[in-house]
Amino acid sequence: MSLDLATTRRIAKLARIGLEENELEATRQKLNGILGWIDQLAEVDVTGVPPMVGTETETLRQREDKVTDGNCRDALLACAPETSGPFYTVPKVVE
Amino acid sequence: MLTGLTLTQARAGLAARKFSARELAQAHLDAITRLNPGLNAYITVLPEADVLASADAADARYAAGTAGIMDGLPIGVKDLFCTKGVRTTAASKMLADFVPPYESTVTANLLGAGAVFLGKTNLDEFAMGSANMSSAFGPTTNPWKRKGDDTTALVPGGSSGGSSAAVAAGLALAATGTDTGGSIRQPAAYCGIVGLKPTYGRCSRWGTIAFASSLDQAGPMTRSVADAGLMLEAMAGFDAKDSTSSNRAVPAFHKAVGKSVKGLRVGIPAEYRAPGLPADVLAMWEQGIAWLKAAGCEVVDVSLPHTRYGLTTYYIIAPAECSSNLARYDGIRFGMRKDAPSLDGVYEATRAAGFGQEVRNRILMGTYVLSAGYYDAYYLKAQKVRTLIKRDFEQAFETVDVLLTPTAPSAAFAQGENMDDPVQMYLNDIFTVPASMAGVPALSVPVGLNEAGLPLGLQVIGRHFDEETVLSIGGALEAAAGFTHIPSVHAGAGA
Repeated sequence: MSLDLATTRRIAKLARIGLEENELEATRQKLNGILGWIDQLAEVDVTGVPPMVGTETETLRQREDKVTDGNCRDALLACAPETSGPFYTVPKVVE
Repeated sequence: MLTGLTLTQARAGLAARKFSARELAQAHLDAITRLNPGLNAYITVLPEADVLASADAADARYAAGTAGIMDGLPIGVKDLFCTKGVRTTAASKMLADFVPPYESTVTANLLGAGAVFLGKTNLDEFAMGSANMSSAFGPTTNPWKRKGDDTTALVPGGSSGGSSAAVAAGLALAATGTDTGGSIRQPAAYCGIVGLKPTYGRCSRWGTIAFASSLDQAGPMTRSVADAGLMLEAMAGFDAKDSTSSNRAVPAFHKAVGKSVKGLRVGIPAEYRAPGLPADVLAMWEQGIAWLKAAGCEVVDVSLPHTRYGLTTYYIIAPAECSSNLARYDGIRFGMRKDAPSLDGVYEATRAAGFGQEVRNRILMGTYVLSAGYYDAYYLKAQKVRTLIKRDFEQAFETVDVLLTPTAPSAAFAQGENMDDPVQMYLNDIFTVPASMAGVPALSVPVGLNEAGLPLGLQVIGRHFDEETVLSIGGALEAAAGFTHIPSVHAGAGA
């Protein structure tokens, strides 16, 4: 499958990576080169083969439903690039 | 020479009070001051006072007879492990000022065993690369040079290139690495040191900055196979904070080294004799086979028929997981922020400015293979082929105890080579990726130099959770090879 410019623009939007118009074509070519190489997977017959999810060496555990962490608001907020009081800040989202 | 010791030798010297942990730490800090400006192996060196204070605490524990298994041993930490109060960058502009408020489980385990941290080592941005060229803090240079060519700077491999260069050059006795598709083993081979990727689940992933969660695994990078066993003992263990952490007991791994390998069955996978494999790599592989035969192993030809699809499968699954994991860098909660009038604008501006080109491309590729209309053709298909790759290993391990292969298809290459075509760069991991896909343990051991005077490594791959047999075989290769070469840039040279 080959990637066109519109699809490149769409996946950049989905990934929330702001590419300039002049970067889109170079990106499209790079990704297309990799996709052309990846397409050799088409020749593998996977009829009846289950997908491998993780490495399946351990079964997932359940733990008791209780609080094990918390009370670290200030430590976490200290990592934020911009805060206001005990809040993260974002641009206005409701007009 | 304190900067040339193995962990095992240094531990014995400290226990016998031949030198103090403070002297050992100081020797390494001095070597870093002298050589790191040229090598760029460390992104962050810890303040001298802090390093010496940890060393003094270790000396006190030796005096009190309460020393742990890594006590007083100065090591480097890949800058992908979160360290409390110490900047952790993942070699990305995105995290250039990130100071984690918590300690990763692996580094907490090492600190608990008494290790002294020297600093945070360089890597490819978010561990995505095979040459350490994508670091936002500049590339690390390999301390090895081609014979008769002191000017060409070579790559240390990647992504744990800062760790491998630091250990090879005498700027740390050992270092932590992480391996997603070869990021411990390939740089270990390029720098002439030992690197062990344990079984998936051995070391907790908690607090290690995530790249591809079903593949990421931490491991030791050391100067000897016994050291790799020792350090893994300190790093490994069950952690309730990682849902994929294994609760199996952690054996005394270092004791596996030196055990007889007589009668063990060593598989040689036919598919790894790739067309175009350089003669020096092939010759070293043949030499390794001969050494193991001489040590009493039985060598058996095996087939891993889906080997050739390992890399392509990896370059669907790893980017898919990366696109999901790296969605957290939004400019709001931590890391870099670029302002814009709208919320989406903040995301887009932050992620365009914070991520380098390789990381961006992998996120975009992952977004594509997971997007509506392509999910089945790419992602689901890759997961199914991954099952076939894992079955190849399981079938081989019905008849053999380990597999022996080259670690990488070449020795270290020059900075700037393989940069134009991503597929060419990805091919460096052709021999390391399949074991990652299957989740089995794999070790790289330095076994000799090629004609250009550069180190080559052989890879030993074992069954799930059978690091001990891998280490025994690795120890036999190490003993036969007697690799004692040191690179031209080294703390002990010309001092």
